[in-house]
Amino acid sequence: MNIIVCIKQVPDTQDVKMDPERGTLIREGVKSIVNPFDLYALEEGIRIKERTGKGTVVALTMGPPQAEEALKEAIAMGVDRGILITDKAFAGADTLATSYTLAKAIEKIGSPWVIVCGRQAIDGDTAQVGPELAAWLDVPQITYVSKILEIDEKRIKAERLTDYGYDVVEATVPCVITVNKEINEPRLPSLRGMMKAKRFKPEIWDSSSMDVDRKYIGLEGSPTRVIKIFAPPQKIGGQKHEGTPEELAKIIVKKFEELKII
Amino acid sequence: MIDYFLTEEEEMIKELARKIAEEKIKAKRAYYDETQEFPWDIVKIMAESDLFRIFIPEEYGGFGGGVMSLTVAVEELSRGCAGIALAYAGTALGTFPILLFGNEEQKKKYLPRIAEGELAAFALTEAQAGSDAGNIKTRAEKRGDYYVLNGTKQFITNGGEAGIYTVIALTNPEKGARGASAFIVEKGTPGLSFGKKENKLGIRASATREVIFQDCKIPKENLLGKEGMGFIIAMKTFDYSRPGVAAQALGIAQAALEEATKYAKERIQFGVPIANFQAIQHMLADMAIRLEAARALTYQVARNIDKGNTKITKESAMVKCLASDVAMEVTLNAVQIFGGYGYMKEYPVEKLMRDAKITQIYEGTNQIMRNIVASQLLKEVK
Repeated sequence: MNIIVCIKQVPDTQDVKMDPERGTLIREGVKSIVNPFDLYALEEGIRIKERTGKGTVVALTMGPPQAEEALKEAIAMGVDRGILITDKAFAGADTLATSYTLAKAIEKIGSPWVIVCGRQAIDGDTAQVGPELAAWLDVPQITYVSKILEIDEKRIKAERLTDYGYDVVEATVPCVITVNKEINEPRLPSLRGMMKAKRFKPEIWDSSSMDVDRKYIGLEGSPTRVIKIFAPPQKIGGQKHEGTPEELAKIIVKKFEELKII
Repeated sequence: MIDYFLTEEEEMIKELARKIAEEKIKAKRAYYDETQEFPWDIVKIMAESDLFRIFIPEEYGGFGGGVMSLTVAVEELSRGCAGIALAYAGTALGTFPILLFGNEEQKKKYLPRIAEGELAAFALTEAQAGSDAGNIKTRAEKRGDYYVLNGTKQFITNGGEAGIYTVIALTNPEKGARGASAFIVEKGTPGLSFGKKENKLGIRASATREVIFQDCKIPKENLLGKEGMGFIIAMKTFDYSRPGVAAQALGIAQAALEEATKYAKERIQFGVPIANFQAIQHMLADMAIRLEAARALTYQVARNIDKGNTKITKESAMVKCLASDVAMEVTLNAVQIFGGYGYMKEYPVEKLMRDAKITQIYEGTNQIMRNIVASQLLKEVK
């Protein structure tokens, strides 16, 4: 039984600056980190193993060769196994192609129990890969999980945060969950973990080592096209007026006249 | 930047201790400074991160690192908060007597527990025996297979919180200091209790407490070394632990230098950042020069100890004295650079100044340190 945690290496957005002319991120010299939501996913994956005494925790990531660093961090925290999916053929993948590729990797890993993802990545902010992964694998999904209430070999019961409070959802396993920051406090690495990470070499899988259909991977498998990237205009605060209803009505009418609405 | 050629393992320890300081300690330090509660949540994080293993030999569940590893860890933790770091450094102090003089059974029994994060404490000081440590009154009377301890230890770091105490007591009062012996006493032993918890100027996150023995009966197996070796054990322990005090001082001073430099670049007076003024620049320069000199000597002495140099009494006293004097000076200047804001608790430097003071006092006042340096020096020159 595998507890599979999908993680992503992202630029540290606290450091990121925009190129104002091209409207793109300046990535040079920006350090890479594990997507912060994924640290919660890693912590929860490790906790599932600790609380049940079962399963192998596998960290899975797709990215360029340097994404190995993200896996090292996962190893230092205490995951058992780290797999890096890397191949030029996967480059340019949008969320759909990414989730397809991850799903194929999970099929290859075999016997998934729980698949844990961070709620979203802080670079793209789409929150799509987790749900799409569940669709490709044809398994249930529980998104925005803030607490796992029960888990065993047959089912999982969890709280998911919503705008109105929280839902309690039960699903069969294997199941994909995406987690919020409310779910736990990620542990720091231990020295033993860091020493293990230093020696760690990830298993590297490319497009030939997985059973993938070429039309679903990389740029070809990505229907998303980015037309333009821009910073949204800053919201300007409204004006506040006080007075009697009559006085306020006059102010509004005057404003409408100024704007030539009436 | 000076490269101190840290080993791969020391670099890892430094990185981890800094992470703990940045991500866990900084957010909590003001709270613990204010309340004087004991920072058990942070101690737990240190333990889970294996920090207590670094000064324990591998055969007892540690990593076998030495004084240099400990120095690096204590410096980084103290950069976050010297009071919180002291739960850790005080444990190392309480562990050295066992590391240096414990027999195989004692090491097997206690070191793995400390490696796992059980705290230790060292109990020598008494009300009338501070710098005059030979004037202790606590008795240890041998009765059959037991020693019975009576007396009160004062200002004991980790007092009440630690599970393992190394205690210096008189087995032969007529002989004075030569009649002292060292013992291991476990918390929970009948007759061991804890008295007044001190309300302190600085290092307020650290527990400083009376440790009281009233007919406290401990098995004779808990004697460290031989009867009469107590004072030698205490002095040898300080040889190994004083670089740790220096490391605390370095961490405090480093934090003060960083804060002062940052503030000098941000604070505008007379239309320019105050860092533009030479008066401020020279203060910052002196702070940096002295700090780096203290660090270089501390690391060098720590390395010497790890290389097996045992004649280090003078050098350990030197680094403790130098680094703590530097920390006091650097933190005073940091408050000065912050001006009125530096005096306020909303800013971090007043706490650094309060925390720095103790490093000139404990594990031997700096006056005693100079006595040690001078007496060794005079012995060396024939």
